[in-house]
Amino acid sequence: MRILFLFFSVFQFTVHISAQEMDMLSELEEDSNKVEFVTASYKTNRIINSVSLENTPSGVFDLKISHHFGPLGDGFETFFGLDNAATRLGADYGINDWLQIGLGRTTFQKTWDSYFKVKLIRQKTGAVKQPLAVQWFSSMAIDATPDDGSNQYEYFTSRMSFVHQLILGSKISEALTFQIMPSLVHRNLVETKEERNDVFALGFGGRAKLTNRLAFTAEYYYVFPDQLADRYTNSISFGVDIETGGHVFQLFVTNSVGIIEQHVITQTPGQNGDFDMRIGFNISRVFTVRKPKEFR
Amino acid sequence: MKKTLLFAIAALLSISVFSQRYFTRSGEIVFYSSTPVEDIEAINKTVASVFDAKSGKIEFAVTLKSFVFEKALMQEHFNENYVESDTYPKATLKGDIQNISELNFAKDGNYPVKIAGKLTMHGVTKDVAADGNFAVKGNTVLGTAKFMINPEDYNIKIPSVVRNKIAEEIEVTVTMNYELMKK
Repeated sequence: MRILFLFFSVFQFTVHISAQEMDMLSELEEDSNKVEFVTASYKTNRIINSVSLENTPSGVFDLKISHHFGPLGDGFETFFGLDNAATRLGADYGINDWLQIGLGRTTFQKTWDSYFKVKLIRQKTGAVKQPLAVQWFSSMAIDATPDDGSNQYEYFTSRMSFVHQLILGSKISEALTFQIMPSLVHRNLVETKEERNDVFALGFGGRAKLTNRLAFTAEYYYVFPDQLADRYTNSISFGVDIETGGHVFQLFVTNSVGIIEQHVITQTPGQNGDFDMRIGFNISRVFTVRKPKEFR
Repeated sequence: MKKTLLFAIAALLSISVFSQRYFTRSGEIVFYSSTPVEDIEAINKTVASVFDAKSGKIEFAVTLKSFVFEKALMQEHFNENYVESDTYPKATLKGDIQNISELNFAKDGNYPVKIAGKLTMHGVTKDVAADGNFAVKGNTVLGTAKFMINPEDYNIKIPSVVRNKIAEEIEVTVTMNYELMKK
């Protein structure tokens, strides 16, 4: 009897000890259905000229100021292109977690643009693994150049152009994000007969994080042959994202004069592989318009 | 034989008593940084915690990405630049309720508690201590505590340009809605 009692007390004691040493929280099993959306694939909602996988957060208003200067090759006479600039003043807003809208006005061809971007499939980790993000971007632009009497703008619709983009991308690692963008630009009116109204292109873009506050970015649009006039070429841009407290500052070189997709894809000047690089920058300043529910 | 059985039952019963634990998965941690330039507040409502009413051992696990800030940009900076939550997704605290023997979980009421333990965050482990309160009501315990932490202690570097916006010491308020763990 006594031996049995001893046996049980020892048994009890060992159980007690092992329970003590065990990590109590590991018993509290992690919620196995938890799905985590991948965040911070880019510092801001543009790579350089293209939209990035990142949306303006829900309830946030993003004021964007973009500049593309004149050709660097003009040298000291124009102070490396800084005498001339195309500028875009833009406003982006995050309606919710998956829908972003925006408006902008570019000096190049006095163009107004509006767009929406929808996250169709979000990149996820956790219980559901979804390595590829899929988004849709559509924009409409209106050329507001005053009518010079050439009948070019006889119809208002002649001023309109459209872009549709499917964005497929992934934040491959903490530092590396890549995306491809099959794109269609439709212009109601083109300048010459040899140009197509519908232009198909394939865009590539990405970023590599160098430090927490500095990233290298690049993007390229390949326009499929025989769609554009000879004086236009593919758009190529390289830059850095610099994050300073409340701003994201993007400094880059690009061969595109215009800033919006319509201009970047179909009106980047250059002939026979000969083109000018230009300095440009985007500044993003965000304002919280609608606070998260925890703070209302 | 009957006696043996009785002993066995008694032994098993005592085991279940030993693991009298309280837990939560929806505890709340708020941190608050106050400077003349800017006040920053963040809320996390998904904190997991367990404590053992017998031994006084207590543990917390905080998913850093679950902190919600008033400004989305602050939240991004918090995760990307400060706590680096992709590399260090969780902060944990493992410690003891030092005066556990003074607590009577069978009797409703407020009990002051002294908690000391090791807080691991951003790859750095430091000793922390906090005074709190356990409000026992039936099978639930509402645990509250407040303490200060210094980000620099956890190797979280704050650049000089934002130095005046982030307090040297950050106030951490813990509110845990424990319930008895059913085995």
